[in-house]
Amino acid sequence: MNALEEQALAEISLSPSKGFRVTDYLGLLRASSVILLLIVWEVFGRDVNPLFLSYPTAIARACVQLLISGEFQRQALGSLEVYAVGLVSSLVLGIFLGLLMGRYRLAEYLLDPYVYALDATPRVALIPLLLLWFGLGAPAKIAIVFLSGLFPVLMNTFSGVRTVSASLVDIGRVYGAGEAKIFTKIIVPAALPFIMAGVRLAVGRALIGIITAEMFTAVTGMGALLIRYSSAFATDKFFVPVIFLALLGVILSRAVELLQRRLAPWKETEGAL
Amino acid sequence: MLEVRHLSKVFFEQNDSRKPGLVALYDICLTVRKKEFVCLLGPSGCGKTTLIRIVAGLLPADRGEVLVNGNPVTSPGRDRCMVFQQFGLLPWRTVLGNVEFGLEIEGVPREERRDISRKYLELVGLNGFEDYYPHQISGGMQQRVGIARALSKKPDILLMDEPFGAVDAQTREQLQEELLKIWAKTDTTVIFVTHSIDESIYLSDRVVVMHSRPGRIKEEVLVDLPRPRWEGDVKADPRFARLRTDIRESLRG
Ligand SMILES: Nc1ncnc2c1ncn2[C@@H]1O[C@H](COP(=O)(O)OP(=O)(O)O)[C@@H](O)[C@H]1O
Ligand SMILES: [Mg+2]
Repeated sequence: MNALEEQALAEISLSPSKGFRVTDYLGLLRASSVILLLIVWEVFGRDVNPLFLSYPTAIARACVQLLISGEFQRQALGSLEVYAVGLVSSLVLGIFLGLLMGRYRLAEYLLDPYVYALDATPRVALIPLLLLWFGLGAPAKIAIVFLSGLFPVLMNTFSGVRTVSASLVDIGRVYGAGEAKIFTKIIVPAALPFIMAGVRLAVGRALIGIITAEMFTAVTGMGALLIRYSSAFATDKFFVPVIFLALLGVILSRAVELLQRRLAPWKETEGAL
Repeated sequence: MLEVRHLSKVFFEQNDSRKPGLVALYDICLTVRKKEFVCLLGPSGCGKTTLIRIVAGLLPADRGEVLVNGNPVTSPGRDRCMVFQQFGLLPWRTVLGNVEFGLEIEGVPREERRDISRKYLELVGLNGFEDYYPHQISGGMQQRVGIARALSKKPDILLMDEPFGAVDAQTREQLQEELLKIWAKTDTTVIFVTHSIDESIYLSDRVVVMHSRPGRIKEEVLVDLPRPRWEGDVKADPRFARLRTDIRESLRG
């Protein structure tokens, strides 16, 4: 503030507003809401038949048990490994194909029948076929995760490249950029907000993919635990992977959001596809 | 220096790329000397942008040719640089990053291009704004960045497509004056597109008046006002008023 502004402010002499404002306590209110829910759940949950619903302290106990036996960690790690491999390959191929199809007409016309057809097919419908091909082990699950993550990132990258205006490309050309530099210095950064929106979607879809796959095969992983505990009516244990997955989902999407803000600080994320 | 010979350009129909839709430029001939400041003046749609884009090498001509220092233009080149109407900044780069862009493409090492870019930012009066993003600064400042970036390439010919069309009147006058001051210090040839009569007279040595449908050159008007023009009130000079009347007549018909 400069001297004139300060003088003006002094003359206007705003009196500090008094009284209670809800907006000052939003964080506190959110925390209280969660705590209240947990308490209510605890109190009423104890009265419900444990076959149908558990309650927080029982779930916590089950969690400790599972952690001590090491069962949970083993299954979780297995799931995460498959998830990471499938997701990373879907991101790599999705971004690559999206860039190619967005920039080159020829690539678009050659590939888009398959892309649209596969994207329109519900992934679940393909699972039996993939199991037939790859068996019940990790390769089948990786394939399912891969297919779940591929299309959101591919479609978003594609439309991101499509929205790059011709005038941005002209800037590159005026300054002597060849096709490679136009790609790396104009197209990719301009499409980055879209690409990152696609990555965020893919992270969530791939998580759904891995659980669906594991529930189908019911041999290993988080999905297998869900099936095992629910068919054994161990409802308290059942909640442990559920809560773990919820936390994982939240953490991953927050992480991508932070990454997005680092990589694309010039623009708030726009709602892409 | 720059020679445009019998240049014509036809645009085709949007939905039928075989059917001619519009003669954007018809038989354009224009010669510009070294260090000359030429304004292209004409109504919207008369082909000014098309002409300047062909000279820049962004668009091929259908007939005729453009020669720069005797060499035919087929693509963009280091001898020419362009300043865009909507500033043409890259929104994901900072002010400094934008000025560096041209040198980066050229392969100038990082430290060196930083130093050069800082120098040009200072020239356009933007030191201290290196780390801002384009959307954080005003339109006038954005165009200064655009000009600094173009100058950093030391082009022989600076092509400017209504560079001050998107800023307010006051900033516009200020930018015009600064452009003249910068130009006076260099040997750059400037081709400046505008549809403001006053702007064209104030800036240029010669005003090229264009008409539309088909886009063509109607007349060239020499501006015999003394330089530097930022001292005193050139716009109050009776010669300025006479030029304005002449050019307005020429634009009418
Ligand atoms: N890429 C294009 N395809 C078809 N028509 C175009 C294209 N670019 C410009 N035109 C048309 O050519 C004419 C001249 O355009 P332009 O050079 O932008 O005029 P100015 O810059 O003088 O306003 C206009 O009628 C415009 O609609
Ligand atoms: Mg124009």
